[in-house]
Amino acid sequence: MKYTSYKKHFIILLVLLVVFFLINISLGSVSIPLKDILNILTGSFNAKESWQTIIIDFRLPKSITAILVGSGLSICGLLMQTLFRNPLAGPFVLGISSGASLGVAILILGSGLFGGFFLSNSVSHWSLPIAASLGAFLVLSAVIIAANRVKNTMSILIIGLMFGSLTAAIISVLAYFSEASQIQQYLFWSFGSLGNLSWTELIVFSSIYSVAILGTTFLIKPLNSYLLGENYAKSLGINVKKSRNSILLITSILTGVITAFSGPIAFIGLAVPHIAKMLFATSNHKILLPAVAILGAITLLICDAIAQLPTSEFTLPINAITSLFGAPVVIWLLVRKKKIFV
Amino acid sequence: MLKFKENIVLTTKNLTIGYLQKKQHKIVVSDINLSIKKGKLVTVLGKNGIGKSTLLRTISKVQKPISGTIFLNDKNLLTYSEKELSTKLSLVLTERLPESQLTVFEIIALGRQPYTNWIDKLSENDLKKINLAIEQTEIEHLKNNRFYELSDGQLQRVLIARALAQDTEIIILDEPTAHLDMHHTIKIFSLLKKLVSKTAKTILISSHEINLSIQLSDEIILLTDNKLYCGAPKKLIEENAFDYLFPKELISFNRTLQQFVVKKI
Repeated sequence: MKYTSYKKHFIILLVLLVVFFLINISLGSVSIPLKDILNILTGSFNAKESWQTIIIDFRLPKSITAILVGSGLSICGLLMQTLFRNPLAGPFVLGISSGASLGVAILILGSGLFGGFFLSNSVSHWSLPIAASLGAFLVLSAVIIAANRVKNTMSILIIGLMFGSLTAAIISVLAYFSEASQIQQYLFWSFGSLGNLSWTELIVFSSIYSVAILGTTFLIKPLNSYLLGENYAKSLGINVKKSRNSILLITSILTGVITAFSGPIAFIGLAVPHIAKMLFATSNHKILLPAVAILGAITLLICDAIAQLPTSEFTLPINAITSLFGAPVVIWLLVRKKKIFV
Repeated sequence: MLKFKENIVLTTKNLTIGYLQKKQHKIVVSDINLSIKKGKLVTVLGKNGIGKSTLLRTISKVQKPISGTIFLNDKNLLTYSEKELSTKLSLVLTERLPESQLTVFEIIALGRQPYTNWIDKLSENDLKKINLAIEQTEIEHLKNNRFYELSDGQLQRVLIARALAQDTEIIILDEPTAHLDMHHTIKIFSLLKKLVSKTAKTILISSHEINLSIQLSDEIILLTDNKLYCGAPKKLIEENAFDYLFPKELISFNRTLQQFVVKKI
């Protein structure tokens, strides 16, 4: 509960965030000098018009998406790890992203089954996020209803995993009856992508994101009390059921909206909280929440940069990079530090 | 009678405790009528499985009574909100703390949650209470340690400090000496005794340390198979209440020694 000692950490992280944000924006198939990028970003439009379009309409939305997705997923991971007191918990344990996947799968793969009710050609920019949101919301409602019927928080973890398996099974059945081209389209969505958002979509995304993040600040107190276990939390005057539902709701909304706009992006939500806990050596959520958010944003900016580096023409699927790059980092950190905290 | 009542912090009336099992009430102890006075160290004694924990859990509103009522300061316990109750009653539980990197200071500071604002900021007064609790439990030197580095005895003192920081009239401790050796057990008992006399708080504990409890408690609540005894240790000894604590084959209570002795096996 001493804040001054973490000031240095936060300053370094914020500087890194700005640096990687600029690196991320400067990378791509067209190379644009940093000076011109800064000019465009600060609003003095005296660079080439094509460069302006590239920066403003493509790279900037993508970098902002990376920051929102990275920080959002990491915060969800932290919330789940504290709520379930389980270091393996992540934003996807509730089955919310499986729900989103189901929504997208029904949209893309179901067109074959339901006789052209959804035409795959008519999959517009908006229908994917809407289908994903509906799917996520469906699973969210199921999880919340189930959560209120069980007393034990650990049961919710298992119920979430079961919902995940159920939706995965339905997707398999759908895929079995679908054509190769549709399966490919679904597979591409499941690779995850940060780059497909228009400014309108980004505004919708960031509004929902902001509301959810604002909500988490009200959870700091119950989250800290959860560190002593549910019984102590209750004896400290925390309404355990209410705060549990708030945590579930906020996590679901965040993972739902993130999966809807960028696909299921693995690893970040599980790993970043652990990295933050090791770097900051604290369990206090007043420190951890901002730390995890900034670190998550940096991590996804780096992953996205790596995804563009090897061949400048194509970008690798972000979902693969997050795990390929991140899993060894976490293993290395754990082997070195030898102790893991919830 | 009225004057007597003023000193009472907690009473139970025809209280029946137990739990739900397969939709049926499993009664553990019935018809409990207790009154616990302010500023006393009260120990609940009884053999394993007799319902000590159930009694403490019911009194601390962790579980509901099957029937009867509990009055905390003349107000029905069930009508207290969680928030309200957290300023009246604090707990030290036997369960292990989940793994985390909390420091001793942070754990004690969490005891101030009922009083802090929405973002958990510690005020001057909060810090004062925290430091007082640290002082009273003599754990100054552990303040910046992480809790997983502590021994069982040290951790128990930290948890007691946390309950003290919560600044409640009653502190309930479930078997506070469960994993401790003789030295640390006595240390905890004498700490509790000292706290009762210095702070005028009521401390209610459950224990298996019968000999120590007889020596150090102000009041004993003795759960036996047939009857619940309640009163000062001396009074219970006079009533031969301890004879009913355990089956008589192996140990018996020696009145002159004021402790249990093993029969020849």
